[in-house]
This record gives sequence, structure tokens and C-alpha cells, in this order.
Amino acid sequence: MTDEKILTRNFHRQDSHTLDGYRATGGYQAWPKAQAMEPAAIVEDVKASNLRGLGGAGFPTGTKWSFIPKTHTGPVYLVINADEGEPGTFKDRYLLERDPHALIEGMLIAARAIRCATGFVYIRGEYVEPWRRFSAAVREAYAAGYLGKGFDIVVHRGAGAYICGEETGLISSLEGKKGWPKLKPPFPAIKGAFGAPTIVNNVETICHVPHIISRGAAWFAGLGTKTQGGTRMYSVSGRVARPGLYEESVAVTLRQLIYERAGGVTGNGRLKAVVPGGSSAAILTAAEIDVTMDVDGLKNAGTMAGSAGIIVMDETVSIPEALMVVARFYAHESCGQCTPCRESTGWIYKMTHRIVEGRGRRADLDTILDVARRGAGTTICAFYDGAVGPYISYIEKFRSEFEALTDGAAATPSRREAVSHA
Amino acid sequence: MTTTDPTFSAEQLAEVRRLQALYPDARGALLPVLYMAQDTFGWISLETEEYVAGLFDLSPAHVHEVVTFYTLYFRERPGRHVVSVCHNLSCHLAGAGSIIAHLKQRLRVEVGETTEDGRVTLLSVECLCACEAAPMMQVDDRYEMNLTPVKIDRILEGLA
Ligand SMILES: Cc1cc2nc3c(=O)[nH]c(=O)nc-3n(C[C@H](O)[C@H](O)[C@H](O)COP(=O)(O)O)c2cc1C
Ligand code: SF4
Ligand code: FES
Repeated sequence: MTDEKILTRNFHRQDSHTLDGYRATGGYQAWPKAQAMEPAAIVEDVKASNLRGLGGAGFPTGTKWSFIPKTHTGPVYLVINADEGEPGTFKDRYLLERDPHALIEGMLIAARAIRCATGFVYIRGEYVEPWRRFSAAVREAYAAGYLGKGFDIVVHRGAGAYICGEETGLISSLEGKKGWPKLKPPFPAIKGAFGAPTIVNNVETICHVPHIISRGAAWFAGLGTKTQGGTRMYSVSGRVARPGLYEESVAVTLRQLIYERAGGVTGNGRLKAVVPGGSSAAILTAAEIDVTMDVDGLKNAGTMAGSAGIIVMDETVSIPEALMVVARFYAHESCGQCTPCRESTGWIYKMTHRIVEGRGRRADLDTILDVARRGAGTTICAFYDGAVGPYISYIEKFRSEFEALTDGAAATPSRREAVSHA
Repeated sequence: MTTTDPTFSAEQLAEVRRLQALYPDARGALLPVLYMAQDTFGWISLETEEYVAGLFDLSPAHVHEVVTFYTLYFRERPGRHVVSVCHNLSCHLAGAGSIIAHLKQRLRVEVGETTEDGRVTLLSVECLCACEAAPMMQVDDRYEMNLTPVKIDRILEGLA
């Protein structure tokens, strides 16, 4: 464990987004070191660092890079996923605005490792200011000669669709199509953007790379747990005293993040539930927060590290209402390609809405669980599994709260009337 | 609605070609060119879709499919300002419901509508990923954070 800040170390500086600011704090010193290394040696270093993808899936980064076919001779692309959209997450926004050169330097190194000459940065359309900041940094990096000498960066803006955060949906969108995910295999590393081998990595993942090269894989691995190295940025929001972004070792516990960093529950209230990794992660009860926040720690707790977006709920929060809000999101964002996802997300949203309005039946709860489970694992992309996580966990862990709203127990006038006539 | 056909200037056409050359397949520039079209014409009409399709040698149906897939392309002329208030979980926990009610009451519109004077279109949207500052909304290019009714009134007054 460490208290050292790596990704956020310069966030307090007024000029952290400029080339001068970045260089003044040691920036662009990993790149010459990487240039002196064989590409395979860079991949080995990143493997040894135990860096795991911080976009959601937690896949080991060095291993992913090694999937680019060795015999391939045509172009290879590096695509940076800056389409941040997972509810409860706001870390990549900060990195783009406050440390854009870290991403550029990380991209230079990653591109060398995978022998790539063109990188794309796909920034969500709503992020206008982050896009301006990052584009300005790219211009500076060209002027300073870091870019344009064997590696170019194209900055691409999304146009409003959560599903474009899914890597193959993102690739479709980058190709000028609607953001429909594609069936895997083939994985992007074999056949990705424009039909070429492609590595898709999250902003935060790549921002770690210069530090791994500068300070060594062992140092980075030592910051975390046995199976995941480093720190990451936790987005903490909801009913806490100090919502915000906190960089900590991946070995930090959820309790520490909530009580020591974010100041505990708003107004010293009582904790009820926490979503630990963006809205697609299964919910945890107040009794389940003594878990480490690494990929495997949260997996063992039956949920996921995801995007490290932590949403805190206290006793004042209605869990059925929260699920309705979450279900509305999935119903709205399903791309509609797969029948189970398209149909179930819409139907489950309607059912949760009905329950919150007091028009639900107790039996609806089991029907929702049944419908949710049946489609899981059958769809083209992981979006639907990300919806099933909350559906099931909210209902299973807070069932009595849902039941209290069903079968006439709710306090809506229409329902009360219906009951009195019964 | 304008009756003149949408057309880019020579300068803009050069920009289209520059964008197209950035991608291994020129079609990659479709989203950026659609943004250019929206900035120029104010929204994306069927005529604009057809015009853009011509610039890419794509079918108008393909462009239509793309335009309708994404939420940031407007298929009718929006107000001079677009207010998109987040209704996702963290904002919900911070009172987005009453924030939206306040906006509706002040602007005298429902969500999805534009004020009669064409000044503001009110939308409610999914997480804008600024949940640390919930409740929040986007006003044109800007994020407006930690909203209160008083703050909203001040922001609305500033919109010409
Ligand atoms: C529905 C869905 C949404 C996703 N959204 C994002 C996102 O906004 N940003 C991101 O980096 N990864 C997102 N991912 C994960 C990506 O598919 C991919 O795993 C990731 O970008 C790979 O980068 P990493 O290995 O560095 O994490 C999403 C996945 C799914 C299934
Ligand atoms: S699971 Fe849902 S979002 Fe993913 S491809 Fe299928 S329909 Fe689209
Ligand atoms: S929930 Fe509103 S910004 Fe994330």
C-alpha cells in the first residue's frame, strides 16, 4: 500500500495541462528510455507490472498487447477509450483536462510496444472542454516534435451513445457507423479498427505506462496486490460528505475510501448500500464494504471493480427508486441489436417503474429476476450482463424494501383506493 | 425551416477532405463532418444527411442510420441554447428530480421541448460523468455543477 499519488500528482498545478508544466515535473522522460528499449521488452515490463485495464474489464494490459500477431506486416492501431460514460465515473475527464501529456507520452510508449504508427483518441461528445484541452496538448506535442515522427494522433469525438464505450461499439463508431458492438472473436487485437489489429485501452490505463517505464515494473507491481499493480482513481459520489476523485492503491478497502477519504456518509447518516465500480457493478450492502478494491477482491465479493465509480447510498435512499433510475439508463442505452437485451431492459424498466409507483405485485420480483437471468451471457456484448448485475443484486439484497411497495402496501393514492375496494 | 439546400463553403470542403484523409477509410470522418454540418446549419435535416452522404459516397440511408443513433445530433432545430440536465443515479441522489421540476417551471416547458421564444431546449440526459458535483447539467458546451434553484436562475438569466 502507498499514499503516493501518481496519476493525480500534478492536478494541483495551474499549468499541469501544458507541455511546460508536464516537463517541469519530469514529463517526457520515460519516452527516450522506451525508445532505447525493444518493443518486446516494453510489453514484458508492462506484463511484469501487473497493470490491468482500468476501463472496466480489468484485463492485463501487457498480455493484451502481446496478442497483436507477430507476423502481421500491415498497419496496427492504438485506440484510446475516452468515451467515459459509466454512471458514477469521472476520472478520465480529469486526466484529459489536467494531464493530457501523460496520455500522449503513454500512447507514444504503447505504440512503440505494439509497432503502431497511428493512434486514435475517442472522446465522448459531451466532453467539450476535455476535448479542447487534449487537442491543445496534441498540438503542443507536434510542435515539440514528440508527435509526427513515426507516430500520429487523431482526436475523434463521439456523438452521444453510452454503448460506444464498449470497445467494438467504439470501433464501429470510429469507422463512421452507428455504434453497434461486434461479435467476438475476432478480438480487436486480431481484427479491429478498419479491419486491422487494434489495441483498445482506457485513458487511465495508458497514463500509468510512462511511470512503469520510468520507475520500473517491480515498483508498480509493489503498489498493489499480488494480481494487480499500481494505484487507480476512484470516483466517489452520492451520499458522502466529500464526493470527489481519490487516487489510492488498488489494495485500499471500500470502507477506507468511504470513511477516510470521502469523509463518511452525508450528515453522519447511516450507510445503506454502495455501488463499487460504476452502475453496472452489483450493489454491496453496508455489511460488505471490508473488501479490497482490486479486480480480484471485488470479483470475490460477487461484484466488480469496473470503472471504480463508487456511488454511496445512505438510509434516506430508496433502493427500488435507485434501481428504477438505473433500469431507465439501460433501457435507454441498449443498442437494440440483441433481442434479450433490447426487450428485457425495456420491460424491466417498466416493471421497476410500476413497483415504485405502488402498482406492482410481489410475484413481479421473481419474474424480473427470472427474465434478467435468462438473457445473461447470451448477448453480443457485455452491456446486458452489466444491466443484469444491478437488477439481480438490488432485488436480492434489498428484497423486503421492494416487497414493501408491492401488493397494495405502497402509499400512492390510486393504490390505496384500489385496495380499499378489494 | 430553411428552403435553400445545405452546402459547405470551399473552405469547409477543404476541411472535409482534410478530415477524411486522417482515417484509413474516409468514412471514419463521418461523425466529425456531421458535427461540422450541425454547427453550420444548426441541425441535421434530411437534406443535410443527403448532402453529407454525397461527400462520402455513402447512401443517405446509412447517414440517416448514423444520425438517428446518436443523441448529440439534432433532427430538428433546437433552441439557441440547449440545457441537458442529468437524471442518472448520483444526480438523482442529490435531488435531480427537484432540479428538473424547477427548470420546467422556470422555462415553462416539458423535458424535450423548446421555449416559445426559441431560447432554450430542455433535455434530460444520462450520466455526464461529473457526479462529484451532482446535481449538474450541461448548458451548451459548459458543465454547470452543484446546482441549486438560485444558481439555476442565475444561469438561465445569462442565456440570451
Ligand atoms: C457497455 C460497456 C461500456 C463500456 N464503457 C467503457 C468506457 O466508457 N470507457 C472505457 O475505457 N471502457 C469501457 N468499457 C470497456 C471496454 O470495452 C474495454 O474493455 C476497455 O476500453 C479496454 O481498455 P482497458 O483494457 O485499458 O481497460 C465498456 C464496456 C462495456 C461492455
Ligand atoms: S448486449 Fe445490448 S448493447 Fe450489447 S450488442 Fe446486444 S443489444 Fe447491443
Ligand atoms: S449521475 Fe449525473 S453526472 Fe453522473
